[in-house]
Amino acid sequence: MTKIKSLADLKAMKQSVQEKIDTRAKGTAEGLVQVKVAMATCGIAAGAKKVMDYMMSETEKRGMDVVFTQTGCMGYCHAEPTIEVTLPGNEPIVFGYVDLKKADEIIDKYIKDGELVEGIIPVNYEKINN
Amino acid sequence: MHLLVCGGTGCNASRSQEIAANLKSSLKDNGLENEVQVILTGCFGFCEKGPIVKIMPDNTFYTEVKPEDATEIIMEHVVKGRKVTRLLYTDPENKQHVADSKHMGFYKKQMRIALRNCGYIDPQNIEEYIGADGYAALAKCLGEMTPEQVINEIKLSGLRGRGGGGFPTGLKWEIASKNHADQKYVVCNADEGDPGAFMDRSILEGDPHSVLEAMTINGYAIGATIGVIYIRAEYPLAINRLLVAIDQAHEYGLLGKDILGSGFNFDIELRYGAGAFVCGEETALIHSMEGLRGEPTFKPPFPAQSGYNKKPTNVNNVETYANIPIIITKGADWFNKIGTEKSKGTKVFALAGQINNVGLIEVPMGITLREVVYEIGGGIKGGKEFKAVQTGGPSGGCLTTKHLDTPIDYDNLLASGSMMGSGGMVVMDETSCMVAIAKFYLEFTVEESCGKCSPCRIGNKRLHEILEKITKGNGTMEDLDNLRNLGRVIKDASLCGLGQTSPNPVLSTIENFYDEYVEHIKDKKCRAGVCKSLMQYVIDQEQCVGCTACARNCPVNAISGEKKMPHFINTELCIKCGACIEKCKFNAISIC
Repeated sequence: MTKIKSLADLKAMKQSVQEKIDTRAKGTAEGLVQVKVAMATCGIAAGAKKVMDYMMSETEKRGMDVVFTQTGCMGYCHAEPTIEVTLPGNEPIVFGYVDLKKADEIIDKYIKDGELVEGIIPVNYEKINN
Repeated sequence: MHLLVCGGTGCNASRSQEIAANLKSSLKDNGLENEVQVILTGCFGFCEKGPIVKIMPDNTFYTEVKPEDATEIIMEHVVKGRKVTRLLYTDPENKQHVADSKHMGFYKKQMRIALRNCGYIDPQNIEEYIGADGYAALAKCLGEMTPEQVINEIKLSGLRGRGGGGFPTGLKWEIASKNHADQKYVVCNADEGDPGAFMDRSILEGDPHSVLEAMTINGYAIGATIGVIYIRAEYPLAINRLLVAIDQAHEYGLLGKDILGSGFNFDIELRYGAGAFVCGEETALIHSMEGLRGEPTFKPPFPAQSGYNKKPTNVNNVETYANIPIIITKGADWFNKIGTEKSKGTKVFALAGQINNVGLIEVPMGITLREVVYEIGGGIKGGKEFKAVQTGGPSGGCLTTKHLDTPIDYDNLLASGSMMGSGGMVVMDETSCMVAIAKFYLEFTVEESCGKCSPCRIGNKRLHEILEKITKGNGTMEDLDNLRNLGRVIKDASLCGLGQTSPNPVLSTIENFYDEYVEHIKDKKCRAGVCKSLMQYVIDQEQCVGCTACARNCPVNAISGEKKMPHFINTELCIKCGACIEKCKFNAISIC
């Protein structure tokens, strides 16, 4: 069934999704942690999928509320797999070279206690805000 | 509070480990080790001002920090809350200290327009794309703009084809719109074939809807109702994400009949290519789509006149399309302020080779090679010397140290004997042999030439043979003239873009690294130590103790000598297999 029949429909949908994305970008009021995993072919080849699966099951095991999203290439080929973690109310932090051990450390330290761990990739580009 | 210390290769060499250690011990002295954390990070890409220490959350950016500065940073900044002014980054233009790194010009070096949603949204969720202002451009076109106005907006934006040639996109659309027919086609060229370039794949994998939206806009502008994406079968994930995206767009009524109630119909299908480089050329691509051999044909007629199924067809590259929606939503005037006079907007480059931060970058046109290599790229690996950058893949040429400060755009690259191409950038240091590089790219062209026209089929083969001869140490000075003359003939006489550009790597390396060619020919030397035939294995008479290990292991009996006496290698017999070096325990054998 066609969901969007007019410009007004599109705008209404944008509005509702935008709110969702905004809260995701800033960390949500309910305190959900957002993790994005760069999953282009190259990221997956470097092990991103394994890392995402591992983090999903580990956070669930440890009873943590984390929203996982797959996304496209972040551009840091030299540091794949890369993930971006946004804690509620914080700027997103990108971690590189995330293997299972590093993933574990990130869950245990950064996601749980907000303690940064080594392996941060400083973001060096401007985003064009839509 | 967090203190981030750059642990990139450059900063590491300038003792960033020691800085981190000093910061930690100073924190301990002040009993703050539990409140403040010191973290080593990846490269900030600001190596020339390194080592870098960034303080979070206040975003203070200290540059050129020395291990001795650690105590002052802790005592002043952390304990007393006062920034250490002398270490703050100074803006090169107004000479002011910049306290908040968000205001540093450096972070404006990269600008993601075509890659705006890559790494930001979930590519398999159309709602996320809509939330990021997706399909708003399509709605604007269908609801508020006539096809002429859409074309005009693209023309005004100054957007040029990102596939390599740099033809003005708006003009291409206009030509296709003016050719009338009962059916027209829009084709997306996703046959990305330059070795080392993967920006199109990244866009399709990270933001497939942007391409679908742009193609639909393109269809509306020129009066086409069918779009085809020609993509190589070796991109399975990109294909999969496109198929998901097309399904979702149908489900949401953004593809198909009567889109957004405008009465405009448009549909998109995929065609898979077998991965032939020549099929990136638009006429060859169209023939391949028609089920024929992927061979180019003479232009005119241009595809805009007679293309797919002999109907007017507009072919654009993936990255070109990715720019379209945002040009429509933000306006041509926003876009044409970015870049240089004749090259507007940004370009995505795949930065590879001997560089620290290998990656996919998007920079405004007009950025210099120096900024790309030393700032974004974080400099040359292992602190080696920069030698050249190959841009444009097998169709491009080399840029050298003398081009480091040339603004990168379509025209400057052409003037430097290279070309934009699809955006591969391979950085080379002193360990790369330029003759071997030229040979590598020609091997690729010889393999990928479709064979239809003789200049390309035979000419490139001959070029390759001459290069082979030179790298084997059998070259003559006449060979250099032959390379140049033949190269020019191939460029002039070939049928399509493949042949017209294939001699570029040879011609530009001869132009820029003439001495290296002469060394190969006259001195039989390869300074980079790459060309095997020109290397000689020598035994150092002082180091050799005469253990006979090398002689016993030489497969061709090229080594002779008495026991406990220095040995010799007969270079005529030596096949340069390297077995002797491996066996020598006294480091007595070297290559020269």
